[in-house]
Amino acid sequence: MQAESPKTAPDLKVTYTQFTLPNGLHVILHEDHSVPMVAVNVWYHVGSAREKPGRTGFAHLFEHLMFEGSGHVKEGQFDELLEAAGGSNNGSTAPDRTNYWITLPSNSLELALFLESDRMGYLLDTMSPDRVNGQRDVVKNERRQSYENRPYGLAELTLDELLFPGAFPYHWPTIGYMDDLTAASYEDVVEFFKTYYGPNNASLVIAGDLEPRAARALVEQWFADVKRGPFVAPIAPPVAPVVKDVVRKTVSDRVQLPRLYLAWVTPPHFDPGDAELDIVAALLTGGKNSRLYKRLVYDLQIAQDVSAFQQSQDLASAFYLVVTVKPKDKEAIGPEAMIARVQQVIDEEMDKLRTAPPDTRELERALNQLEASFYRRLEAIGGFGGKADQLNAYYTATGNPDYFNEDLARYRALSPEDIQAAVARFLPKDRRVELIVEPQPSKK
Amino acid sequence: MTSLRHSSIAAIIIVTGVLLGASGLVAQAPDRSKPPTPGPPPSLTIPATEKRALPNGLPVWIVEQHEVPVVQIDLLIKPGGSADPPGKFGLASMMADMLDEGAGSRSALEIADAVDSLGASLSSGSGLDLTTVRLHVPVARLADALPIMADVALRPTFPDKELDRLRSERLTSLLQSRDDPASIASVAFPQIVFGKTHRYGVSTGGTSETLRGITVADLRQAHERTFHPKSATIVVVGDITADAILPQLESAFGGWKGAAAAAPTPVAAAPQLTRREVVLIDKPGAAQSQIVVGWVGVPRTTPDYFPLLVMNTVLGGSFTSRLNQNLRETHGYAYGASSTFDMRRSAGPFYASARVQTDKTGEALKEFFIELNRIHEPVPADELTRAKNYLALSFPRRWETTTDIAFQLQTMFTYDLPENYFATYLERLQRVDAAEARRTAQTYIQPEKFAVLVVGDLKRIDQSVRALDLGPLRTLDIDEVLPK
Repeated sequence: MQAESPKTAPDLKVTYTQFTLPNGLHVILHEDHSVPMVAVNVWYHVGSAREKPGRTGFAHLFEHLMFEGSGHVKEGQFDELLEAAGGSNNGSTAPDRTNYWITLPSNSLELALFLESDRMGYLLDTMSPDRVNGQRDVVKNERRQSYENRPYGLAELTLDELLFPGAFPYHWPTIGYMDDLTAASYEDVVEFFKTYYGPNNASLVIAGDLEPRAARALVEQWFADVKRGPFVAPIAPPVAPVVKDVVRKTVSDRVQLPRLYLAWVTPPHFDPGDAELDIVAALLTGGKNSRLYKRLVYDLQIAQDVSAFQQSQDLASAFYLVVTVKPKDKEAIGPEAMIARVQQVIDEEMDKLRTAPPDTRELERALNQLEASFYRRLEAIGGFGGKADQLNAYYTATGNPDYFNEDLARYRALSPEDIQAAVARFLPKDRRVELIVEPQPSKK
Repeated sequence: MTSLRHSSIAAIIIVTGVLLGASGLVAQAPDRSKPPTPGPPPSLTIPATEKRALPNGLPVWIVEQHEVPVVQIDLLIKPGGSADPPGKFGLASMMADMLDEGAGSRSALEIADAVDSLGASLSSGSGLDLTTVRLHVPVARLADALPIMADVALRPTFPDKELDRLRSERLTSLLQSRDDPASIASVAFPQIVFGKTHRYGVSTGGTSETLRGITVADLRQAHERTFHPKSATIVVVGDITADAILPQLESAFGGWKGAAAAAPTPVAAAPQLTRREVVLIDKPGAAQSQIVVGWVGVPRTTPDYFPLLVMNTVLGGSFTSRLNQNLRETHGYAYGASSTFDMRRSAGPFYASARVQTDKTGEALKEFFIELNRIHEPVPADELTRAKNYLALSFPRRWETTTDIAFQLQTMFTYDLPENYFATYLERLQRVDAAEARRTAQTYIQPEKFAVLVVGDLKRIDQSVRALDLGPLRTLDIDEVLPK
């Protein structure tokens, strides 16, 4: 079987119209009538990177409060109204942005716009210290569930502290520290909303079963009374931290198997090197024939799993390599020795990529997988990663909502030599974070 | 749902017209005194399924979906792990997992290389009621991918060394289950409700003991027993027509022969629990306790399917459900709480569950039982309507992507649902009334007979759980649940 490179680039066009309201809200509309549903998606251009010392986790706690009611929506009513209309909704917070989505039958588009505009314009009208306390408890339980009680979860919180030292705004976890969650106050909520949640710091995408003229009229109607907020200056771009040598740390957790994390600070999203490193991740750990999976998991069977990915972000990205190590059958071996032998294989394989380009077929395999993932991303209108969310992501990053073809072209333009150069330049062996998780000795 | 197709709808259409006319004028402050009333619900045209068959009798169900140039092809075969022989639980799952570890003339690595190079994804697996081989591929590469799929399904070679590798991976993964209270509970709860000798008492993937006993000969036998064209259906969804796909399917699967397989013996109904019992499993240092309470539920073919769906949506099947509102929003004990009827060909478990903060374990458990008892009272009309509307109006979302559509058809095949199942779905939901919801709650939710499982830091939770005095209490050792 010889896979041919496609001779014609796929057409990934997503048509849209866009306009900006007088209050600064940017709006993007995309028509897709395949099912009678619409997706309403809002990005606020603020995330945990804007948090102040002593208030980590606040952007995410604030996100939770956005579902608790607003000036004309009673507590609990946000979800009740949407469920009664057959809708679903969610939100998420990242270092650079906070996003919210509602997907519902197209006859109820106006309901979604009422809810979105009300919390954008009138969130504080009914905000109270009680409401903050309620979601504080929920968020603390989210932290327990997703990090403290999840195997290796606490190590994942430690990793970025090592990778982005000092005051760099990716140093702390988006979920926040427990003490800071305890300290968050009603006054913080008021200030954060007034500073960052104005329509001029947001963008709204509506995708799905809509007629653009009617949808625009509804948007104009429901967002007309939402007052513009203060100008939000772009986050002062701090100089990306430089990991000057190997930063190695060992922590212990209540786990059966040791794990090794390697991490590097890498170029921001869409900068040169970013696409290369996505491909590097695929070459190392994407599929059975990828270099690290094949050696560590398939051939040597000294790892249970291995994965790598480029976490693309606005101010600086991170490249992570995660491997859970294991003994061979009935082998008596300590955690340090298990880690050491796996690390040696990783270094051998990455040295090969640092010194020689991948062969063209290997690169083509990774590119074809990536191209297929672009198709998959066009199937759903709503939810995280649906078309509405992607239009908002591309608009936010590049100013062009329909950046699908341009994005794919970044990858298609790469040569084997580009990949080699990116590994050599951005993933050096002597400047990286090495975090080791060792099983806690059993107390039994 | 009932309120949605009535006369008030006409008025709403007029309102929408007024808004359209206002476009371009200076927008006025909206009336926020009450939420806007939705317009008439859009009608969903359920995509037409074209039913054909290959000359060897293999049915092919095709749904055209031309939005994105991809196609999904699922080979579905009944059953899955429910037919595993005693002592070999996990066999079907391992057999299915092994299909792409060597097939036709290709090795495991060659299969993966060919599939990945095509930008395709090919997977195989086995649940309790169904075994599947699935291909998702850009339509331009379908002709290259389909023969590989056929090899994987029909001509697996089951190499010894790959079995050893997968077995070792699974044993390691079972070992890792000990790290996570949720994983421990997902193994322990079925053991408690069904017992370790009942098929539903053991994970689909088997135990360390059964995994060690599986041989290549077992895999071959299981494959021969399961893979018959008469037990199978192919579902095709995507950017393709029936006339284009049939010749390709015929060349890939047309040579597949086999006598009619003996109808698999269904899993025997498990005896119902008769008294409440509390089981504790220690997880020292855990920041949260995993709570699971429940018993034997219902089979997928239950005539009470629709009332149960509505009743459970109220109880723990949605964000505004009582369990989630109570445990999360009112008390803040958990990030979320839910309840589920896991319906299978025979009666699977019903369970309500949450991960609650360690120092509130007793309080949370108490709230669980308050809600499980309160569901026996008549559900207020607005709450019932909201649940029905939620289910009915979100129905179109299940028909969006190729994978969504394929899944709907899969459910139909797996449980032999009638031809008019989707066409009558909304109507049958509408018919559920408060009396039926109450009757099903009283029949299928009997908290005084439930098994109560708590996995957590016993030295911190033991007292608060005992103080509730829910019933006889025992502690289960992790080595009994997950023997090494």
